[in-house]
Amino acid sequence: MNIPEQLFYTREHEWISVKDEVGTVGITDHAQKELGDVVYVELPESGSAIAAEEAFGSVESVKAVSEIYAPASGRVVEVNTVLADSPEILNQDPYGKGWIIRMHLDDTTELHTLMSAQDYQRYLAEEVGE
Amino acid sequence: MNRTNIVVNLNEPLVFEQSAPGKSAYSLPPLDVEEVALDQIVDPKLIRSDIPGFPEISEVELIRHYTRLSTWNYHVDLGLYPLGSCTMKYNPKLNERVARIPGLATVHPLLNAPLAQGNLKILYRLQELLKEITGMAGVTLQPAAGSQGELTGILMVRAYHAARNKPRKYVLIPDSAHGTNPASATISGYEVKAIPSDQTGQIDLTSLKEKMSDEVACLMLTNPNTLGIFESRIQEIGRIVHEAGALLYMDGANFNALLGQTRPGDMGIDVLHLNLHKTFSTPHGGGGPGSGPVACQESLIPFLPVPIVAKDGDKFRLDFDRPQTIGRLHAFFGNFGMMVRALAYILSCGGDGLKQISETAVLNANYIRKRLADHYDLPYDTPSLHEVVFSDKRQERQGVKTLDIAKRLIDLGFHPPTVYFPLIVHGALMIEPTESAGKGELDEFIEAMIQIHRETVEEPAKVTGAPTSAKVARLDETRAARTPVLRWKARGKDEEKDEG
Repeated sequence: MNIPEQLFYTREHEWISVKDEVGTVGITDHAQKELGDVVYVELPESGSAIAAEEAFGSVESVKAVSEIYAPASGRVVEVNTVLADSPEILNQDPYGKGWIIRMHLDDTTELHTLMSAQDYQRYLAEEVGE
Repeated sequence: MNRTNIVVNLNEPLVFEQSAPGKSAYSLPPLDVEEVALDQIVDPKLIRSDIPGFPEISEVELIRHYTRLSTWNYHVDLGLYPLGSCTMKYNPKLNERVARIPGLATVHPLLNAPLAQGNLKILYRLQELLKEITGMAGVTLQPAAGSQGELTGILMVRAYHAARNKPRKYVLIPDSAHGTNPASATISGYEVKAIPSDQTGQIDLTSLKEKMSDEVACLMLTNPNTLGIFESRIQEIGRIVHEAGALLYMDGANFNALLGQTRPGDMGIDVLHLNLHKTFSTPHGGGGPGSGPVACQESLIPFLPVPIVAKDGDKFRLDFDRPQTIGRLHAFFGNFGMMVRALAYILSCGGDGLKQISETAVLNANYIRKRLADHYDLPYDTPSLHEVVFSDKRQERQGVKTLDIAKRLIDLGFHPPTVYFPLIVHGALMIEPTESAGKGELDEFIEAMIQIHRETVEEPAKVTGAPTSAKVARLDETRAARTPVLRWKARGKDEEKDEG
């Protein structure tokens, strides 16, 4: 299971990487594997406000529709519109080209509530049995 | 019985591919009057030109084509259809016979009330019987599906709060609810807040209390929930909801588990929908059509859709004079033919029969649960009612997943159960045998499931490569979803090739 070191993780299997108050958000390798082939990604509008732990979009696979939860509160500054036509990128490169949004964080200290790579690894082992 | 004999494997081209110029499915005698050109009597712009590529085919070819296609279908008249949460029970043929009575099958919906007394009486009797069965004070038969029933119920909740000048913002929905619930609440203008389930598979009361406020319009509860588990603290749930001035909506799609045993009206439910095409044996799937009546308490009656069938003395009439109504949900009265069938079902079963239905449905599900518990993982050990949810946890270790198990069941002659739902169970296999299955058929299904488990250990490729005996092997679901081709298109000479 691919769990990059430098990212923060949510219990709902999103990741975020932060540079200068701007966070890039996506879903984890575990999440894309669990979903199976992604067929549609519902993206938010650029400029919309999102709140931590609340859904801002959804990912649909042949198995199910799953909401994407915001790892932190803030404003969407960029949306990966490529996903609208090529949702398979989410499966192929969840931590790279498959990023979903970039957001301006209201409060970077919110990140302290998220999991580190080690925490997330442990969480998967305990909660999900990976 | 060798169930694999059920699988029919004839090949069949599209009807378009069987077309040849000049073939037709009718023959008429020669014209014995003078022929008039169509464009002399009808404005040419109203005349439709030929449909390019429209098939030309003889009657016998046409009949055989569709009859052959129909043999590929798996249906409730063919065998066990254990699709969880869908209640795919046998639909008694008596229902069909009654629905074909000419005065019921051919009556025009615009016939005025004095001339349609018999039809109105049918609607009225069904309304009254559903009130009695649910313990509720009011019923509308109009909604044409469970999801439309939900929409009706939530719009009534909205109208209720609006009438008190206290519109509210949120609808609470447990994560074990039916998937349509959040859609119904959202489309009605509410924001949805999810409530998690606890370890017993019931709604988490602590979370419910936390999220309950005077901004909450209602809690939408599926009972029994999608784990097949009865929310045993329903009265306490009702108290928490009502103390905050909110209402309690019950998704009654799983009502087959409760029929004749207990009544939502006695549990503190304010409004619920029923699915006639589940619990009350009207046709389900393949276009049904569905029927999702809504029942409510006294406090919500003013908001019911119009018209309601009312009775004055011994006369029936349509009551449109309901100033607080949410309006109309369907043309005329909803799917009348389904109401005729449901009434036939209720009356032919009788009170004791309805009770026996839920008892047998629960017994059948628990028989499967008990006999498969040694082979398949049970994520919740709380007793379940009319359906049982397993997971693929044990098979996954051998690389066999829920989808593989479902596909292998096709080879063994059964319709697969619901898979990957509810979402709170990883790799869910949701099995609802209904009361229609006899012990013999249940045993065959159980043996098939045990055989699949054994194959998972001994020859997993047999399971992961299934189905091999069906009309088609695994379909490319991903490609179908990413680049759907939704209609047939003629490929004429001048037309560009459709790359879809």
